[in-house]
Amino acid sequence: MLKLDAIQKRLIEEIADLHSVPEGAYNFRANSELAGRNTTANIDIVSKEDGSGIDIRIKPGTRKESVHIPVVLSQSGIKETVYNDFYVGEDSDVVIVAGCGIDNCGTQDSEHDGIHRFYIGKNARVRYVEKHYGSGDGRGQRILNPVTEVYMEEGSSMEMEMEQIKGVDSTDRRTIAELKGDAKLVVKERLMTHGSQNAVSDYQVNLNGAGATADVVSRSVARDVSSQTFNARITGNAPCSGHTECDSIIMDSGHILAIPSLEANHVDAMLVHEAAIGKIAGDQLVKLMTLGLTEQQAEEQIINGFLQ
Amino acid sequence: MLEIRNLSFSVEEDGIRKDIIKNLNATVKDGKFIVITGPNGSGKSTLARLIMGIEKPSAGQILLDGEDITWLSITERAKKGISFAFQQPVRFKGIRVKDLLRLASGKNLSVSAACDYLSEVGLCARDYIDREINSSLSGGELKRIEIATLLARHTRLSLFDEPEAGIDLWSFQNLIRIFEKMRNEIKDSSILIISHQERILNIADEILMLSDGTIRERGTPAELMPKLVNAGNGVCQKLR
Repeated sequence: MLKLDAIQKRLIEEIADLHSVPEGAYNFRANSELAGRNTTANIDIVSKEDGSGIDIRIKPGTRKESVHIPVVLSQSGIKETVYNDFYVGEDSDVVIVAGCGIDNCGTQDSEHDGIHRFYIGKNARVRYVEKHYGSGDGRGQRILNPVTEVYMEEGSSMEMEMEQIKGVDSTDRRTIAELKGDAKLVVKERLMTHGSQNAVSDYQVNLNGAGATADVVSRSVARDVSSQTFNARITGNAPCSGHTECDSIIMDSGHILAIPSLEANHVDAMLVHEAAIGKIAGDQLVKLMTLGLTEQQAEEQIINGFLQ
Repeated sequence: MLEIRNLSFSVEEDGIRKDIIKNLNATVKDGKFIVITGPNGSGKSTLARLIMGIEKPSAGQILLDGEDITWLSITERAKKGISFAFQQPVRFKGIRVKDLLRLASGKNLSVSAACDYLSEVGLCARDYIDREINSSLSGGELKRIEIATLLARHTRLSLFDEPEAGIDLWSFQNLIRIFEKMRNEIKDSSILIISHQERILNIADEILMLSDGTIRERGTPAELMPKLVNAGNGVCQKLR
């Protein structure tokens, strides 16, 4: 049984699309305490001895299984740093759903810093989904500073979907990936900031083995007076291919700094970067208005589509 | 019925006033298929944009079924049953073909209904329904999707701004078939097309020949086509 109150359940729905207890392995954390855990024959979850987080161990050859590890904070004033280490066995194929929701109605800041380390075995496939969400009208800030480290063995692949659409006041995301031969990393980041929010997203991807590929794509919208920095660096140390793209819509008095960068240390490293920032085109609004939408509805549709 | 009364539109360029539409009068009755033609710069696209509300006139009135809509917004006109196909359809990152068709229909359109509209414009629905309306689509594909959004709207008055512009000959044959079908199924709605294409002009109930911001001639294809072809003006060259 999960020990969650109504606010916590709502946060879980937002970050993990969960309306009930998920199938498979899970670990629910609410206000710095364990709220529910389930393990399976192939996926074990154990708390670290020093209490700083959990280890998730996925047996080699585990297929079509999932792990959910959502975190919710509904008390004002909590500040925590949690270490979650994933050991994904060779030839496995799993989905990992993480995410953090903070509801802060108080005056003190609430902060969750999740440090996720992935050790992905040979030829294993991982789909990783992480959503961040904030709510509550207190003066206390909702702060999330995730660190993700990915260590990929030969032939492994990882697809990361990271989404932060609403309510997080401050975020500083750091992602590091080390890829061996024929490993494949795909990152899809979706970010929207509003009010006076500030978001930093920083990637360092090192392509170390022959045939390694990385595709890091970010789409973001900065509204009101919010500020964003996207800093993605792909380094090619072997015959490899890498692509990074940052595509942003700027609105109101938003601020966006996009710094895609490439570093090649091998003559057969093929690296490409793209970045574009612009406002919503007037003819896009007009087109949707000719379908009967108001200007505001048209704007919402354009942003929703862009962030899909 | 659409009535245009003494409509004028002017712009200022480098401090000099330029009249684009000059005291124009026209009526589009229900069940009619009207084609506006004329040389480049004659004001055809501006007229269509004025009817949709994308531009506001300097003077005159636009009435839909007797109601003055001159100062209504684009959205209000759309809700009253006017739709508009752009000469250069707009691209949207992330919005899929089925999303746009749903927005156009104004309801939660089923995938099979969305597919029917795509099939009508000669697109294999299965290949397009989940495609994003982005730069991966060709001009001809976009144009057909644009027409499909108008079909999905089922409006009283459909405006098409040069539907043939920017599409290849192969697509053009299909396009003509689409408009012939629309012509046959028009019922009590009406269609106003800006076109230079003889085959579209030939199926019109009435052709309005626009020149220098005003209607120079109007008549049935039988009356007007010989004049247009022999006139030796820009229209003639396009028709040939």
